[in-house]
Amino acid sequence: MSGELILFVLIAILAIGSAVATITRRNPVAAALFLVLHFASLAALYLFLSAQVLAVLQILVYAGAIMVLILFVIMLLNLGKEEQLAERFQPRAIFALIFGGLLLLFLVVALTAVPIAYPEMAAKAAEIGTIGALARELFTTYLFPFEAVSLLLLVAVVGAIVLAKKKLEIPGASVETKVIQKREEQAVG
Amino acid sequence: MKTVPLEYFLLLSAVLFFIGMVGVIIRRNAIVIFMSIEMMLNAVNLTLIGFSAYLGDISGQILVLFVMAVAAAEAAVGLAIILALFRTRQTVYFDEVRLLRW
Repeated sequence: MSGELILFVLIAILAIGSAVATITRRNPVAAALFLVLHFASLAALYLFLSAQVLAVLQILVYAGAIMVLILFVIMLLNLGKEEQLAERFQPRAIFALIFGGLLLLFLVVALTAVPIAYPEMAAKAAEIGTIGALARELFTTYLFPFEAVSLLLLVAVVGAIVLAKKKLEIPGASVETKVIQKREEQAVG
Repeated sequence: MKTVPLEYFLLLSAVLFFIGMVGVIIRRNAIVIFMSIEMMLNAVNLTLIGFSAYLGDISGQILVLFVMAVAAAEAAVGLAIILALFRTRQTVYFDEVRLLRW
């Protein structure tokens, strides 16, 4: 067993362990911090595949931006009382494990039934992971999707502000919305 | 130099996707469900990068870039929806939000 393989197994165990901890911790803040660890171990796995730029972006975008946003919302809503919720029997947990296990079995069988025809990493794998190669492809072949994504991000920013605004002022809003708003005002006042 | 076989990355990715899926189904907290969805997206990203490296094709890494951008947009809108939900219902537990449930 080569040193690289040992390192891979260690990081894989870290990734799986932190993923399991994320979905089992009852405290959402602890779950979010385990998810940060999970994203960091995935960034290390990207380095195995010589995708340097994506490893850095994984840390910046996921472990940085998205997780800070999630932690911010958790603390804004002051969630942490889930431990006090009564534990009750959930039949859907059993169904989740059964059908999820079936899916996993299917994937494992599908992946191992036929030997994959690429035993070694491609010779130019180290070249295509660099920022120069990615940028050249992104601004030539994929220029239109790139611009479309910029538009998507703009729409997401506007949508997030509208949704998170204190009061939703919709001209011609339905009666239900107005009832909810009135109830809200009474709750505040 | 002996590298890690592609199968190992694909199997790891399948396991992580499974964990994310179970998380979406068994948890009640909207934010934890949201985090499990991010985990599933990342499992798919690992598959894409693995194939990209072993086939020597850069398209997989470009697709991962787009997935990251869409995930960022999704995070912003999704958390805004959770905030709006908390404001109107004072809860983020999905089994207490059942107006549209059959």
